[in-house]
Amino acid sequence: MSALLARLVASRLFWPIVMLLVLFTINLIAFPGFFAVTLRDGHLFGSLIDILRNGAPTLIIAVGMTLVIATRGIDLSVGAVAAISGAVACSIILGSPEPASPATVAVAVTVALIISLVLGMWNGFLVAVLGIQPIIATLILMTAGRGVAMLITEGQIITVNSPPFKALGSGFWFGIPIAVIIAAVVFGIAALVTRRTALGMFIESVGINPEASRQAGVRARGLLFVVYTFSALCAAIAGLILTANTAAADANNTGLFIELDAILAVVIGGTSLAGGRYSLVGTLVGALVIQTLVTTVYTVGIPPIATMVFKAAVVTIVCLLQSPTTNEALGDFRRRLAMRAGTGVAAS
Amino acid sequence: MTKLLDAPERPLRTGDPNGTAPRAGLARRIRNLLTSPKYGPVTVTAVLFVVIFIAGGLRYRGFFSGQVFLNLLVDNSYLIVLAVGMTFVILTGGIDLSVGAVVALSGMIAASLLQTGWSPAAVIPLILVLTSILGLLVGLMIHVFKVQPFIATLAAMFLARGLCYVISQSSISITDPTFVQLAVARIPLGGNLSITPSVIIAVVVVAIAVWVLHATRFGRTVYAIGGGEQSGLLMGLPVARTKVLVYVISGFCSGMAGVLFTFYTLSGYPLTAIGTELDAIAAVVIGGTLLTGGYGFVLGSVLGVLVLGVIQTIITFEGTLSSWWTKIFIGALLLVFIILQKVLTSRRR
Repeated sequence: MSALLARLVASRLFWPIVMLLVLFTINLIAFPGFFAVTLRDGHLFGSLIDILRNGAPTLIIAVGMTLVIATRGIDLSVGAVAAISGAVACSIILGSPEPASPATVAVAVTVALIISLVLGMWNGFLVAVLGIQPIIATLILMTAGRGVAMLITEGQIITVNSPPFKALGSGFWFGIPIAVIIAAVVFGIAALVTRRTALGMFIESVGINPEASRQAGVRARGLLFVVYTFSALCAAIAGLILTANTAAADANNTGLFIELDAILAVVIGGTSLAGGRYSLVGTLVGALVIQTLVTTVYTVGIPPIATMVFKAAVVTIVCLLQSPTTNEALGDFRRRLAMRAGTGVAAS
Repeated sequence: MTKLLDAPERPLRTGDPNGTAPRAGLARRIRNLLTSPKYGPVTVTAVLFVVIFIAGGLRYRGFFSGQVFLNLLVDNSYLIVLAVGMTFVILTGGIDLSVGAVVALSGMIAASLLQTGWSPAAVIPLILVLTSILGLLVGLMIHVFKVQPFIATLAAMFLARGLCYVISQSSISITDPTFVQLAVARIPLGGNLSITPSVIIAVVVVAIAVWVLHATRFGRTVYAIGGGEQSGLLMGLPVARTKVLVYVISGFCSGMAGVLFTFYTLSGYPLTAIGTELDAIAAVVIGGTLLTGGYGFVLGSVLGVLVLGVIQTIITFEGTLSSWWTKIFIGALLLVFIILQKVLTSRRR
């Protein structure tokens, strides 16, 4: 029994799941109908559905971020890429003669995704070919990217009236929010490709030691390229959902601070920022923790604006728990406990 | 034995391939200057500043005046102070992403306390103490708990930005007479030239920073940590204390910059100064400080701020009011300088 418990506690998913359960409990106390999911007009409704739907963009970006972080990198440009993708899609829809036709939306979405691929390759080029530190390489697009997004929208908030586009953010398909379906597909593809092929192992090996893995025959540069491109693609998808949700592209505010949420989700999920080992399921739990935290702040009646303070507290606690210093101290403590237990057994 | 005694008499520098010997020609000396990781980027920045300034002078009437130059200082005094703090952090190989949020927080604290009737003489020191404590906490998190600087300062950024919203969700204007006085005051410099009190404060901060970095043991330890933390430890330098103090300095500078920014805008607004950390980092990098630490000058960062400022001025003179071009230019410039640094340091190794 205690061995099982010890294995559970040692699991990397233990603390994130505990955190999630604590948040659920707080919500349930504050709002007894928290777990109720109802079917209305063939659409699922309820707090849990809301959490999934609102958390979808963060989760999508966090999936890309997980792979980037696994290679010991970081992608700060995701918020800016999300803004660019939203701006591109909205300006194409606005400029077309038939904004409400699905064909227009398809073109807009495709162009936005292709542009994001180019942006991701740009990040990959800076990191993999020029060898610039990832924080700085992506910082460039983070700064300049919002400028580019504003250039596309000409500094204005573009509002579009296109039901098919709006459906991306707030529509339902078989009762499930489309945003959630998209997130599930992105997550599924990432999990399948990295866990059912050797790709995931290569990514981890690059994260542990790029030089050694290159000498072992892993094409580290190409891999970095792919990972940053995938991250930008995820950011673009999230950007489309975010803009579709409000049916407006706001170059300044679309995806503002979302890079931080995504990094936070990855870190809560137990993926170390030092690279090497990653957990996509952990990231999923992390993204849920963040979105549930936001919801909790609402339900408990704290001004929603204070959410950032709570997020800061969570990042700090998680980082401190992950830190080598804490681990050493805990290890010491456990050894001492074990020793005391051992001597106790010997004495009796 | 005799060999040992002879050794110092041998001219040590004859074989030096970098040819710093005095007989090197002017062209060669210029080339050496430009290809040195220490002076190269900062020289390029200085040349760039002069070129942009002259280009602006040729293109626009009234650009080529002393006041346009002084306005660069007036408009960017807060950024200069921020860049000073950031220089210390980057010199040790760290980074501080919280500075923009701390600027906003300082403004919010100032505006809200002044509104309730506090005296500026109490508010300003209080802000500086609070932001220094925040810096101290960040520094401890980085050093004691080995959290990456980037993630620790990210947490601080969240915290500061969140506290801004907790204080107020809308803009608070400042009507305190002392602050208004400091905002509108002009110090004549003869002719038609004038500066603001903020410029004086920024210049004093820069002067102190130059003195600390180049004339104190603390300053030498900062450079040593950037050069290699392990070697610093082995040399018996107070690495722990210095690393933590660097973030305290950055926190203090952010608070000071926040106060100067408040003089400039005369209000506190929770969404203000978003992205300012990037301006500060860009200024430091363009000013020639190596992101991996170890090389760089505070005066270089000031030069970096001036380059950003002159680009901003040119865009203002252009009159299209498209502020997004500033961001794109800063990004492009940052890229160019990072690649430049990369080339310079890889050639030396």
